[in-house]
This record gives sequence, structure tokens and C-alpha cells, in this order.
Amino acid sequence: MPIITYREALRSAMDEEMARDENVILLGEEVGQYDGAYKVSQGLLDKYGPKRVIDTPITEEGFTGVGIGAAMAGLRPIVEWMTFNFSIMALDQVINNAAKMRYMSGGQLKVPIVFRGPNGPAEYLAAQHSQALQTLFVHIPGLKVVAPATPYDAKGLLKSAIRDDNPVVFLEGELMYPWKGEVPEEEYLIPIGKADIKREGNDVTIITYSKPLLVVEQAAKELEKQGIQAEIVDLRSLRPIDEETIYNSVKKTNRCVIVDESWPMVSVASHVGWMVSRYCFDYLDAPVELVTSEDVPMPYNHKLELAVQPSVEKIFNAVKKVMYI
Amino acid sequence: MAEQVLMIALSPTMETGTISKWEKKEGDRVESGEVLCQVETDKATMDYEAIQEGVLLKILVNEGEQAGIGFPIAIIGEEGEDITELLSSIKVGADRQGQLEDDNGDNRERSDFQKEKVYDHTDFPKGDRIIASPLARRMAEQRGLDLASVKGSGPRGRIIKRDILSYAEQVASTPSSVNVKPTATDEIFPVTAKRAIIAQRLAESKFSAPHYYLRLKVRTDDFMKARKSLNQSIEKGVSVNAFLIKFVAETIKRHPIINSTWQKDTILRHGSIDIGLAVAQNDGLITPMVRDCGNKGIIEIENELKDLINKALNNKLTPEEYSGATFTISNLGSFGIEEFTAIINPPGSAILAVGKMERQPVVNNDNNIEIQTLMTMTLSCDHRVIDGAVGAAFLKDLKDIIENPIRALY
Repeated sequence: MPIITYREALRSAMDEEMARDENVILLGEEVGQYDGAYKVSQGLLDKYGPKRVIDTPITEEGFTGVGIGAAMAGLRPIVEWMTFNFSIMALDQVINNAAKMRYMSGGQLKVPIVFRGPNGPAEYLAAQHSQALQTLFVHIPGLKVVAPATPYDAKGLLKSAIRDDNPVVFLEGELMYPWKGEVPEEEYLIPIGKADIKREGNDVTIITYSKPLLVVEQAAKELEKQGIQAEIVDLRSLRPIDEETIYNSVKKTNRCVIVDESWPMVSVASHVGWMVSRYCFDYLDAPVELVTSEDVPMPYNHKLELAVQPSVEKIFNAVKKVMYI
Repeated sequence: MAEQVLMIALSPTMETGTISKWEKKEGDRVESGEVLCQVETDKATMDYEAIQEGVLLKILVNEGEQAGIGFPIAIIGEEGEDITELLSSIKVGADRQGQLEDDNGDNRERSDFQKEKVYDHTDFPKGDRIIASPLARRMAEQRGLDLASVKGSGPRGRIIKRDILSYAEQVASTPSSVNVKPTATDEIFPVTAKRAIIAQRLAESKFSAPHYYLRLKVRTDDFMKARKSLNQSIEKGVSVNAFLIKFVAETIKRHPIINSTWQKDTILRHGSIDIGLAVAQNDGLITPMVRDCGNKGIIEIENELKDLINKALNNKLTPEEYSGATFTISNLGSFGIEEFTAIINPPGSAILAVGKMERQPVVNNDNNIEIQTLMTMTLSCDHRVIDGAVGAAFLKDLKDIIENPIRALY
């Protein structure tokens, strides 16, 4: 099976879907002539032309709204936000239009659109450009939110997102673009709303998604050296969320650590923590532990920048806590 | 309008200040920027410059006294203004080191921020509660284990999965001793020969003889009167049980089938009326027996009975004296028992269970309520030998004799 990067997996998903359906278009800042700020859309302008690969002005609210209108009119746009930090400008369009139109029109309108781009901290980008903002979107009924962590999941989920008749927020990561993984040549789809067990184990369940999967996998290797078999549940989809996989794993291990690179308060982590406490109550041998980014704006200082994010050591300590060791 | 003058931070690390000198007196005019007082901080003595304009109406913190940041030290307002309301809102004698409870903008915000406390999640009392993880509770319930006897190894003594598992293992390896509380230990002791016989004979009787029960109330006023008059005329009194034995013997004479034994192919009708009386001993029940009661007078019966009961209480009865009763009486009236049913004592085919005598209101033949002394008797019969009507006729005659003792003569 070919090994390709996360970036190539995304590009290949868009390429295949644009070839499959001429209603699929891509718009955003620098997606065309510059081949994308992170080169995700490289070559697509040449292949599909400026009518379907559209460079927009630097106006997130504007081009996001254009995309939503185009979706309501019958196209299937992919809106690329250069980063999710800029998506804050477009929140009104996303929350009040994309998420509401189907509901408020009694199902007469649909908004088949994908909002995608890098989310979460990268490096040396300081407080305003290093934010994991998934909570803002997961909070909103009417949106679907996915956050794949591997090239395989990224391709399969992006194709499903493009084909979905609802607005899908698609979270990537700047540092994840060069990550490599096996992706089959033949076509496949990954359903939205299905988690994936990335590693099986009986001793503790570690629930995560997106970029922190890397540190979680490293922590699992360290734990294995101590004879602890961690089960890694990669959520992949945040809304809808795969409750069954979560509960089955926690019922098996009786212990749960949730790793999330956004802030702790009212987060995906805290919500999943509640779900586990509520629905696995009689199976829990220890309180659920969260490992999140610290509750502060991202420091510019690199040592502090690393220190506030989830790390192998923090995950290790949380696992030790829930295992009483 | 009158305003409070608050202590402010005059150095970056100052938390309280001491007023070393008031530059203005109460009643003095104060312009904004004028020095109001000298404040000794942790670092130096600083000038406190007034922010407000007006008349210094009241000094709240005197020279030499301390005030925390945000605490009012004075009041400035218009000349002659009524400040009683403002004064009453300031707690008199309030802790000048501490927080103010009113809402004075900047100062309050700053001191709140400085004093913010982190919630201590472990700082609540455990009390008598058993702390256990939900999983541990569920596991204990499934295994029937008492959480109170499991030692918790988690934080604050929390009982967790591994504690349940190791405790369950411990219980399995010592099956009888663990679940038992030390205050109520079980005890095993051997069955005495006597108890073995009681167990065997009564079980045999109850399980092989089809019992049925007849019950009636008998009035005992005349019986007790007769007994009283007899006892007045003799040296030693005659017991109720001796009377009952005599009455039963006389009744059996009229219903000889009561005095029989089932022998499977034959029925043995005993010539001698041998009546046993159930006597409680420390180590079990025994029924000493007065033989041939039909031919004995009541005083003779009483004497024999006394002798037998004495022997019974001293474990001196010989087997001939306690086995082979053709009829048995069991009297629990002295325990206050109102009525009960007894198990037939083989080889007899019937047993009479006698309750206590009790004065009760009764509707008599004249439809008046009168007080009578009543006693309930229950006859257990072996249906193989004694049919219901036969048992009933016997019991009715016994009742007639007890209620009218002279009937024993005819």
C-alpha cells in the first residue's frame, strides 16, 4: 500500500471528489495560484480551472458566506480557511447560516459544504495563531465536526464530508500535513460518526482525536514497557460522536483518560468525560482524568509553548492516577 | 455627595498601611492632589494625595492605626452633609486588614484577584461513609461481599477493583471465618442421646401419623371451685394437672378408642389408661407417666405425679416411667400460652394441649355478659385410629366433666 502524507491524502480526496462531481468547488485564500498556503490544493487549479478553484480576498466572513450561498444554490463547496484562527471572523456565517438553514427552512434548503483547514497550535505562532477551536463548532447543533489524525482517516473522512448534505467542519493540523501513512489506491470512504480503536489494550482507555494521537501513541509505548496495555480510542468524529465505541472500551478497562489539545473548560474532553461518568458509572474504578492544554493563552516562549500542551509525561501521569500506581 | 477615601497601594507589594500623620483635620477643605495624610508602607512613608475634592467630614482611621488596601480611611463630601447612612454602611470596627464587602470598583477587584483561592478538592470530611469506586461497589454487590470489611488502597482509603479482587480471593481461601462478625460466632455442639430420641420420635409421629386438631374453650370456674374445696380439706393441695389427668382418664373410659395404638395391620386398644404429662427439662422434654389412671383416685395420682416430676427434674426417671403413655397431656398455661397444637406422643394416638385459664367476658344464655374463667384445649388425634367425630365426642365429654366435675362420677 502506498505511503503518502496527510497533505497528499487531503489533496487526493478533493481531487477524486472534484473529478467525480462537477458541483464540487474549492475556494479560499491562496488555494489557486499559490497552490495553497500549506500546499494542500497543489495542482488543483491547473486541473480544474479558475471556475472551480477560486482564490478569494482576505475576507473570511465574505467567502465563507459565498460558499454557504453556493451550497444552498446547489454546488458542493469546499471552503479552505488558512487557519481556524481566522475562522473566528466567519463564525456568524457558519453558526447562523450554515448550521441553521436546513432547520429553519423546514428541510427545503440544504447546505452541503465543507469548512476545512489547520486547527490547533503549531510552533512559534503565539496566542492568536495557536488555538484549538473545535469546541466553538462542536457546540453548534446543525454542524458535523470531524478531526482525523492519520492520512488514511483524513482521505476517507474528507470524501464523506464532501458528499454529506450537511455542513461539515473538517479539522486538520499544520504540523500534521507532513505526517505519513498507508493509504490504499482504490477508493474508500470512512463514515462520519465512527471512532477507531488505534491500539487495543485491557488496562486503561485513552480517548483522543486529531494531533494529540501522536503523543498518546508514544505514551502507550512507554506504558507498555511498564506492563500497562492502553487502549487508544481515536474519536475521528466529534459530532456526531461514537458513544458505543467509547463505552465498550471503558466498560472493558474500567479506567478512562481523555487527551484533548484544546482548553479544559467546556471542551470535547469535558463532555466525553461527562458521558463516560454518566453511562459507565458502575464500571469506573477511578474518576475520569483529562489531559488538555493548560487554561492559558498560548505563550510565545517555545519552552512554555510546549509545556502547556498535552505531553507524554502528562498522559503517563494521568494513566498512573486512574490505575492507582 | 459624600464619598469614602480608601486606602490604596502606595508600593507594589503593600498590603496594609499605617497612618503616621493626618495632614488635614476633620472640617478642613481638601483639594484634589493635596496631601491628605502620611502612610507608612512596608517600604517607606508616603504621601497620600487626595483624589476627591471637598471637606474632610470624618477620619475613620486614626494616626498610628492600620488599614488594609481598599479599606475606607476617611469620608470627604460637602460641608454639613449628613453622612450617617454612609457611616452605617461601613462596618464599625471591621477588620482593617481584611476584605471590604461593598462594591468599590478598582480596589476591590485588585484585592479579590490577589486573594483568589484554589478550591481544595480533597478538603471534605470522609465521615462514616465507605469510599469505594462505583466499579468496586458493583463488584462487591455481585459477589455478596460486605464493603465495610474490605480495606481500601486508593486515595483517602477508597476501595477499588484490586481491593475487591484480593478480598474475594481471601474469602474464597478461608470460607467459614471471614464473613462472620466476631460478636456472633456460630457454635456446633453434639446432639445428646435424649435430643436424638425426641427428634426421631416426634419426626416419626408428625410425618407418619395424619394429625388433625380439635379445639374448644372450657369454662373452669366450677372446676377451680371444686379443687379449692378439696384442697381446703386435705393437707397437701392437688395440682390442676392431676385433676386434668383424672378427668381425661374418666372421659377415656367412655371413649376407649382414644386409648389405642396404630399397628398397621391391627389396632391395639390398651386396657390400662397410662397418661403422660409433658415436663420441660433443661436438656429437653420428657413425659413421665401415671399408669392405670382409670383405677386411681385423684390424690393417688397427685402423689405419683409429684414424685415423677421430681425425678424428671433430677434426671432420675427410669425408662418404664416415661415410655409407653397411651395418652399425653401438655400444659403450657403456666407460660401464659393461650392455645397451641401438640405433636402426638407415640404409642398414644392423641395428645391434649392445654392453654392458660383466663377471665373473659362471655355472653351467657340470658344474653347477658358475664365474666367466666375459660381455658382453651386442643386435641391432636391420629386419624388412622380416631375419626373426627370420635375425637369431637371425646373432647365434648371432657369439657362437660371439667365444667361440671360431678359428671366424673356418672
